Amino acid sequence: MALKILVTAKRVEDPESKIRVKPDGSGIVTDGVNYKLNPFDEIAIEEALRLKEAHGGEVVVVSIGGDKSQTEIRAALAMGADRGILLRHEGPLDPVVVSALLAKLVEQEKPDLVLLGKQSIDDDQNQAGQYLAARLGQAQGTFASKHESLESEAEQKRQPGLKLAADGQRLTVVREVDGGVETLDLALPAVVTVDLRLNKPRFASLPGIMKAKKKELKDVPAASLGVDLTPRVLVRRLAEPPKRQGGLKVADVEELYKKLHEGAKVL
Amino acid sequence: MTNVLIVAEQSNGSLKKSSLNAVGAGQLLAARTGGQLHVALLGQGVGGAPAQLAALGVTVHVAEHAALAHGLAEAAAPVVAALARAVGAGYVGGAATSGGKDLLPRAAALLEAAMATEVLAFAGDGAQVLFRRPMWAGNVVADVELATAVKVFTIRPTEFAPAAPAAAPGEVKAVAASVDAAGLKTRFVSFEEVKSTRPELTEARVVVSGGRGTKGDFKPIEALADVLGAAVGASRAAVDAGWVPNDWQVGQTGKVVAPELYVAAGISGAIQHLAGMKGSKVIVAVNKDPEAPVFAVADYGLVGDLFKVLPELTEKVKAGK
Ligand SMILES: Cc1cc2nc3c(=O)[nH]c(=O)nc-3n(C[C@H](O)[C@H](O)[C@H](O)COP(=O)(O)OP(=O)(O)OC[C@H]3O[C@@H](n4cnc5c(N)ncnc54)[C@H](O)[C@@H]3O)c2cc1C
Ligand SMILES: Nc1ncnc2c1ncn2[C@@H]1O[C@H](COP(=O)(O)O)[C@@H](O)[C@H]1O
Repeated sequence: MALKILVTAKRVEDPESKIRVKPDGSGIVTDGVNYKLNPFDEIAIEEALRLKEAHGGEVVVVSIGGDKSQTEIRAALAMGADRGILLRHEGPLDPVVVSALLAKLVEQEKPDLVLLGKQSIDDDQNQAGQYLAARLGQAQGTFASKHESLESEAEQKRQPGLKLAADGQRLTVVREVDGGVETLDLALPAVVTVDLRLNKPRFASLPGIMKAKKKELKDVPAASLGVDLTPRVLVRRLAEPPKRQGGLKVADVEELYKKLHEGAKVL
Repeated sequence: MTNVLIVAEQSNGSLKKSSLNAVGAGQLLAARTGGQLHVALLGQGVGGAPAQLAALGVTVHVAEHAALAHGLAEAAAPVVAALARAVGAGYVGGAATSGGKDLLPRAAALLEAAMATEVLAFAGDGAQVLFRRPMWAGNVVADVELATAVKVFTIRPTEFAPAAPAAAPGEVKAVAASVDAAGLKTRFVSFEEVKSTRPELTEARVVVSGGRGTKGDFKPIEALADVLGAAVGASRAAVDAGWVPNDWQVGQTGKVVAPELYVAAGISGAIQHLAGMKGSKVIVAVNKDPEAPVFAVADYGLVGDLFKVLPELTEKVKAGK
């Protein structure tokens, strides 16, 4: 009943970094920007580890990108993933290409479950998992969450939020959707994308970091998988959004009410 | 000539408001490409929604099937893809709801199409459409070209005017949806609705939101919301703590709102939160910390304790009525 899980680890700009656009609009200024594991992928990796701890199995982590993406794979290995695969590719990527590469990797690795983040915090597309599920013809559970809060006892105990059926053939997924919470039952193998409230990812321990250095990290040229790597989403121009004119302070509720009532006329 | 297919959504037989904005976006695109606008509606027991759509003057294709009742992407994507091919759609879109974000990328894959999520506007010239969309939590706005024959997108409802009723209603056609119900690998189990008597967050004229500064006590937030007939929102910190439903989160990964008035109380104003409310007409911030970043985007900032300020404001509003 052990589960083999493939989980993604994208290298992205640190969400704390200030992102600025180059004057010619051709890209963002990368000087002084830190990089890290996509926050949603960190949650996906945590969930994969909890599932493995509960049911046994293997966690394989994959990143598509340049040399530097090895850092994010090592970060996942330090959290506890078993081995890593870098699909080496320099240059622009989009969910069409990413999902095509992942589908090839699924053919080779045959995992029971692919776990991805719901979105990359750089392109904010929220697509790769859904494309992948379609390509594989598998069940899809997007925006996975759970009923218990991140302060709950179940969370303290690091229980998986995704529930494997007793026969090991199906997975129950609780999803965050507009207007409420939906529960789906997926036949495995399946594709699941995770939302923010599925779990609180662990920090890598020092022994974990030491062990990660010795774990297998396969380096595979993306071009060797026989996938058309031509980008289909072409970013033509970047700009900064219009700035809001804010910053005015009022002294008290009296003044605030007056401004809203008589000035802006919104009350 | 390239036709446009918009996938509308209904719940319990009434059309979702965001679908009106999606049809509005579809009209803009059809005008650009010179094509026809078609609208798809999938489900089981779609009630008055087809008539609501037809009133907009568009051709409505209704696919009813038991397996489409719960909007499972696995069941719906092939139906959308088949319809897109049948009507010769070069553009396939919908609103950036949780349903749209689940379904449309899956349909896009079946159509070998590239996709743009949360589109804010259509840029470019004439039939050369570029999709304007946010990246990096709204820090950046990008003009994106989709280099595939079919192009798929979701629109951010607050950025597009809803389609207006037309003089002559459009035609309603039934689509024979071929769904292999027995072969589906996804099964619907349950939906727990967050019941509320307040207006829907994304449609409310006024939104009052609370953050970690409430320390879990949303009473002052809700009291003010109730005298204003407002929806209640929250920051991620408040939702993660389990104080309020997930569905209340405003931001990059929550709901995007653009009300006439947005009140942020006990919210610091992280970029991911601002991404969901910067489009509001008037922003009010109440925060103890005069340096809180939320003040930089607020039209009116009040430095103070929300537990004192909000009840006072609530009384003022009551007295002013
Ligand atoms: C990938 C990713 C996605 C995210 N998506 C979202 C999102 O969609 N939405 C979102 O909101 N966040 C999101 N975040 C989180 C975001 O970065 C912030 O952590 C979060 O918005 C902080 O919430 P807060 O302002 O309530 O809490 P804090 O930052 O802790 O701020 C609390 C504020 O309350 C004030 N305060 C305290 N007591 C009082 C009082 N009595 N009266 C008045 N003021 C008081 C304090 O001065 C402080 O400014 C995301 C983060 C990441 C990494
Ligand atoms: N280059 C990449 N390498 C590994 N995983 C990726 C890559 N790009 C996207 N993903 C995965 O796909 C998810 C959704 O990404 P997106 O559709 O780009 O928002 C992310 O959370 C990642 O888990």
